[in-house]
Amino acid sequence: MSEQTKDMSEKAADVPAEAANVPAESAGASDETGRSEEMGGTAPSRRALLGWGGAGLALGAAAAGGAALAVGREDTAVPAASSGAAVPFHGAHQAGIATAVQDRLHFATFDVKTKDRSELIQLLKDWTRAAERMTAGQAVGEGAYGGPGEAPPDDTGEALGLKPSRLTLTIGFGPSLFAKGRFGLEGKRPGALVDLPKFPGDNLDPARSDGDLCVQACADDPQVAVHAIRNLARIGFGKVAVRWSQLGFGKTSSTTPDAQTPRNMMGFKDGTRNIAGTDTAGLEKHVWVSQKDGPAWMTGGSYLVARRIRMNIETWDRTSLTEQEDIFGRDKGEGAPVGKAKERDEPFLPAMLPTAHVRLAHPDTNGGAKLLRRGYSFTDGTDGLGRLDAGLFFLAYQRDVHKGFIPVQRSLAASDDLNEYIQHVGSALFAIPPGVRDKDDWWGRALFS
Amino acid sequence: MRAVRLSVVTAAATAAALTAVTGCADKSDAKGGDGGIVVTAKDDSCEVSKKEFPAGHVELAIENKGSKVTEVYLLFPDDRIVAERENIGPGTKQKLTAEVKAGTYEVACKPGMKGDGIRRQVTATGEGKAARRSPEMDAAVAAYRKYVQTQADETLPKAKVFADAVKAGDIEAAKKAYADSRIGWERTEPVAESFGDIDPKVDLREDGLEKDQKWTGWHTLEKALWQTKKVGPAEKALADTLIKDLTDWQKKVGTAEISPTSMANGAKELLDEVATGKVTGEEERYSHTDLVDFKANVEGAQKSHELLKPVASKNDPKLVAELDRQFAALNKLLDKYRKDTTSYEFTSYDKVGKAERKELSDAVNALAEPLSKLAAAVVK
Repeated sequence: MSEQTKDMSEKAADVPAEAANVPAESAGASDETGRSEEMGGTAPSRRALLGWGGAGLALGAAAAGGAALAVGREDTAVPAASSGAAVPFHGAHQAGIATAVQDRLHFATFDVKTKDRSELIQLLKDWTRAAERMTAGQAVGEGAYGGPGEAPPDDTGEALGLKPSRLTLTIGFGPSLFAKGRFGLEGKRPGALVDLPKFPGDNLDPARSDGDLCVQACADDPQVAVHAIRNLARIGFGKVAVRWSQLGFGKTSSTTPDAQTPRNMMGFKDGTRNIAGTDTAGLEKHVWVSQKDGPAWMTGGSYLVARRIRMNIETWDRTSLTEQEDIFGRDKGEGAPVGKAKERDEPFLPAMLPTAHVRLAHPDTNGGAKLLRRGYSFTDGTDGLGRLDAGLFFLAYQRDVHKGFIPVQRSLAASDDLNEYIQHVGSALFAIPPGVRDKDDWWGRALFS
Repeated sequence: MRAVRLSVVTAAATAAALTAVTGCADKSDAKGGDGGIVVTAKDDSCEVSKKEFPAGHVELAIENKGSKVTEVYLLFPDDRIVAERENIGPGTKQKLTAEVKAGTYEVACKPGMKGDGIRRQVTATGEGKAARRSPEMDAAVAAYRKYVQTQADETLPKAKVFADAVKAGDIEAAKKAYADSRIGWERTEPVAESFGDIDPKVDLREDGLEKDQKWTGWHTLEKALWQTKKVGPAEKALADTLIKDLTDWQKKVGTAEISPTSMANGAKELLDEVATGKVTGEEERYSHTDLVDFKANVEGAQKSHELLKPVASKNDPKLVAELDRQFAALNKLLDKYRKDTTSYEFTSYDKVGKAERKELSDAVNALAEPLSKLAAAVVK
């Protein structure tokens, strides 16, 4: 299902779903009804909604694979995959963070091969121009056909005829880019761009970790996301080389709390208490780097932690329902915290096992730490032992990893019961610069200027 | 090698060549004259009775008045052979016929059947002139044609060393001669592939075999030498077949349709070969001599690039500079895998690790991407 607004209780359930065609970004800007769970702690209308029969009906319909039930005012825009709309590329922040989470992911990291700073800058400019075009649903360069017959076309062509599909392209800079003797950036490395500590249980594959650059491509159509990464990689040949990449087939978090919470590969709802894309205060507090955080070039940016988390889904599937629910601290059907009736009821942590996932990950356990999660499920074929190579490609944006991912993961790595069923096999941290303001701006301008 | 696949440009050009020009050498006695063109070949001269004649059916009545065995060629401006007559003994007469379009050609007499020959320019007059290329382009093609011929000429003796070792049952000597025998072929493979039938005979890999197809060529012997380690009568016969097929290639290579765009596309195809066959270690899966082929492919591509530079640098100097840079970078990287830069003894590819292969692959991508734009820069 797509969306519900909190004033559903005041609306008839058969309000038509026209709002579904409004692009997500404009929705984010104008939607005053969307609210984070955090704020929602004092948002009675959502409580009221969820306690009300109509909401239960809506959830039930969606869970049964029913048609989307969109309810909203005209100004409460709703992101809808079927709309295929374009998400604006320019803005104070990069799109693809607070943007309503799209259905598909292609994430790629790159090693910078050139040693020439000006060549790297030129590439970032070329990429920016290509990203502007692709996110608007246009082909790169001179297009995929119609050019000189002797030359390969600029665009690879597989996205021809497809809608923009809410494609967002988000760039990040890894710690290695700031290394001494490379591009003269060592003095500009943010304090928050640390080398992540090794956590207990990590089994990191260097070939699936780190990178000088990353590009997160999210779209509602997988081919649109793959097309974007492929064309950026092609433009980059000689200057950069793909280090590793990851496809995600299903979102495991949403930044639209009114939408149904997606489920991860363990069958549980994930990211119920995620920061909403419309929660301006929550984003300012937990996600966007402020001017006083420094360095100046990061103002309006964020930090992205990417972790490839392999799930032992076969052993998980042999685990009894009670144990599964105990491990998570929520029930499997509704997603309600232990002892509560509804998914969005405020969790009562002491009721959960001290080793329960939700308890350990909760802000109250971690000094108020909150992450904007944007992860995707993956299944990369099989592992040669008759098991699916499946799991969660965890993506989390935050203002400072010292107050975000690091304390949360310390707490999880030490005690989470889920650790028996998961293993972190890839890891990377990137500084996500602020948005590209206009046609003259480019990815990383503030860093390189 | 790869499955036989001509680039569109090469394929189209080959078809055009077949319909536009049919060269044939007639063995019947030459009557000489009767309105035809008389070529009088001597040890130090090559006289042509008519410098201009109508396009269409052309007959050259050749008489060797010298003391050496000679050859006479009718050539396109870029040195591609229209028709040829070999082994014309002293005092004998031969006839050479061809269908030619309007345009300029050269008649070449090669006393002693060696060298570039003594050249005389001739013109076929009339309608339907073939599109004329700039002298720069013709020079590039002629030089490349010479390169390709030289590669074939130099490959044969090396291949014979290899074949002889196989026939002598000397596995060690054969292994030693194997990679070296392939260098000239690998440098110019796209041209050889344009003949269609030779490439699958000499360079097919086992996985490329079609149903009921007999596996012949270098890789059959590679498997025998490194994998089964047995050289029997079948392998010895295959060594002879290889020489026969390579001799066929050597003879045909001069007739290949070559154009500046096919040179540029051929260079790009050589890098494709590297990317799909060599970087992966598939080409030389038993001998692991992939880096020798790799180097040869790059050299062949670079040759085309160098020869096309006068044309390409006028149209796209930035591209030419980028290609210079990337060729240098890839060659430098390859040099890490050999002790002596004058030798073709490279590290066995099974000793090249995953990270190193990635580095090689990145360098190939870095070169191949701009190289794919060379053809357009040549015709711009």
